[in-house]
Amino acid sequence: MTCFGKRYAMAAAAATVFTIGTASSALAVELEFYFPVAVGGAAADTIEELTEQYMAENPDVEIDAVYAGSYQETVTKALTAARGGKPPQLSVILSVDMFTLIDEDVIMPFDDLVETDEDQAWLESFYPAFMENSQTGGKTYGIPFQRSTPVLYWNKDAFAEAGLDPETPPATWEEMIEMGKKLVVKDDQGNVQRWGVRIPSSGFPYWLFQGLTTQNDVILANSDGNETSFDDPKVIESLQYLVDLSQKHEIMAPGIIEWGATPKAFFEGQTAMMWTSTGNLTNVRDNAPFDFGVGMLPANVRRGAPTGGGNFFIFNDADDEQKAAAFDFVQWITEPEQSATWTIATGYVAPRPDTWETTTMQAYTSDFPAALVARDQLEHAVAELSTHENQRVTTLFNDALAAAITGTKSPAEALAEAQQKADAILEDYR
Amino acid sequence: MHRREWVYGWLFLTPALVFLFAFTHYPAFNTILGSFFSTPKGRKPAEFIGLENYRDLVADEVFWKVLTNNFWFALGTIPISVALALLMALWVNGRLRGTTLSRVAFFAPTVLPLIAVANIWMFFYTPGFGLIDQFRSGLFGLPAINLLGNPDTVLGAVIVVAIWKEAGFFMIFYLAALQSIPPVLREAADIEGASSFYYLRRVLFPLLMPTTLFVSINAVINSFRLVDHIFVMTDGGPDNASSLLLFYIYEVAFKYWQTGYAATLTVVMLVLLSILAIGQFFLFDRKVHYQ
Repeated sequence: MTCFGKRYAMAAAAATVFTIGTASSALAVELEFYFPVAVGGAAADTIEELTEQYMAENPDVEIDAVYAGSYQETVTKALTAARGGKPPQLSVILSVDMFTLIDEDVIMPFDDLVETDEDQAWLESFYPAFMENSQTGGKTYGIPFQRSTPVLYWNKDAFAEAGLDPETPPATWEEMIEMGKKLVVKDDQGNVQRWGVRIPSSGFPYWLFQGLTTQNDVILANSDGNETSFDDPKVIESLQYLVDLSQKHEIMAPGIIEWGATPKAFFEGQTAMMWTSTGNLTNVRDNAPFDFGVGMLPANVRRGAPTGGGNFFIFNDADDEQKAAAFDFVQWITEPEQSATWTIATGYVAPRPDTWETTTMQAYTSDFPAALVARDQLEHAVAELSTHENQRVTTLFNDALAAAITGTKSPAEALAEAQQKADAILEDYR
Repeated sequence: MHRREWVYGWLFLTPALVFLFAFTHYPAFNTILGSFFSTPKGRKPAEFIGLENYRDLVADEVFWKVLTNNFWFALGTIPISVALALLMALWVNGRLRGTTLSRVAFFAPTVLPLIAVANIWMFFYTPGFGLIDQFRSGLFGLPAINLLGNPDTVLGAVIVVAIWKEAGFFMIFYLAALQSIPPVLREAADIEGASSFYYLRRVLFPLLMPTTLFVSINAVINSFRLVDHIFVMTDGGPDNASSLLLFYIYEVAFKYWQTGYAATLTVVMLVLLSILAIGQFFLFDRKVHYQ
């Protein structure tokens, strides 16, 4: 072969290899997947690891997992992309935005993708408490993924110091006040060094507040999402209890309390008890410099908590191959093994009963029983507040709560106004 | 040749005009038009509803709260940041030791992205273990203060961050203007026996008027534009206590997806800014001496 011929042959070979290489990746199904992170810890890393694992097992699917910020930012990004004509194919979005996503006509029900009996059995294998915010009109629009309930974390060392039994958290509203008073520590000038309890109220106070209303045996909105009961006397009572914690009993810091700084405040000993998502469990386990306990939220008339967190949604502006691939990915990531990995890495509640029965989870929970609290609380859990035009209604409710917490308005006044505004918005949907 | 020159004039202007029309005039016109239509919902298209959106605007108490907040925000940021910029420029104008370091330190806030510094400031403001509270309890033994969680102090806290961000930027303009003032004036003032303050008031300040005009127009624009830190720090604050007009527009447009109402709010902002800009030019016109 002449020198020129050799170079020509090599170039031709390289070109062929290159074409085959790009041709095979051109055959791969490409999915864009938005996911939010709302808790501390390594949630984003775990999602990326799981996505890599799926791609390794399924070489003809390429998933671009895009971290999209908080729940609020993620739904904004997804809807903006949808309006711009380039939506993601699947996304984890706050479960309560389901009505908004349906109204904007961007998602499809999972029932349309169910083909085999196995698929149908899978669709029905989730905890009913999580399905309340995932279904409407007889169809399933969201598949539970990073679901949670709020739980009570307490500092066992602080309890012992204050003369309380470190193994017993408060079980009722009254107990929380009593124990809170004993746990408050002041310095010589009378400034509080450690508060009794910390219930964050920044950003989305309605969620933890829903714990209080459920414990007071009242529901904030109906399942059709077109009627709210913000001015119900029991709701006003619950808000008064929350406001009194800082204003009357002085066991909680006054003003709006930051959600993101709450675990850190707990670690720093600024508060002896905190209410926050079970999704912070692994974060607390890794970083708390003391013995801590996790328990259900205290009861009033009954035990109660809202469910929370994000579901998987599949967008309808995708071709059939992409929808099938997305459906397969959602099924894979909710399988017991992957679900266990996710739960152990974060503390979110595995949404299917069979996950809890795997040997991995059995071993994990016998070593760390705190992980079972949120799951056991599901028995007392109710749907998270969700209505049509959810962001608008939730925001004005949040504003009312903030006004009452900061003392700008009385609970009754703030809630009456909120109910009026919510009615004006939801009238059109009745 | 003489007659053809206007063609070249227009050709040179065309690129800039295209951008101006595409990104300024056309969107503004579209927004004004859009404010007379309802919000499209799912499959229902936008309908013409005349002044309905404007009636909703007048009845919206959050809008009035937001407008009041913006007024206080403007009142807080504009005079203070302009004055601070002038003071900083006067300070670093000389050739003393450490002026370069000072100039860098004063300008540093400008180059840092506002979202990033907002997170840092949020740490400063965190009650208990934030930097401000560590000073307060460590040095003065004062109790923890929740500046961001209190509707009375949150706007002030947000204003401080905005002033911190923009004063350094304005300082640069004043510095450049100061450098271009001929030193003979200072020498003449010294010979005449004028005090530094008299020199500042009667010579320096009038000569800096063009810069002051430029800087204050920028400050006015910034008082509407700088809302990035609100997203990170307060999300509108306790019950809209730290919400500003542009932030509210974002909420209405991209959180509630009420594009019709958002267009109406934007028209209000456009009108306000136009009045302020035109007003400023007329106000300063007599006082500005261009050399």
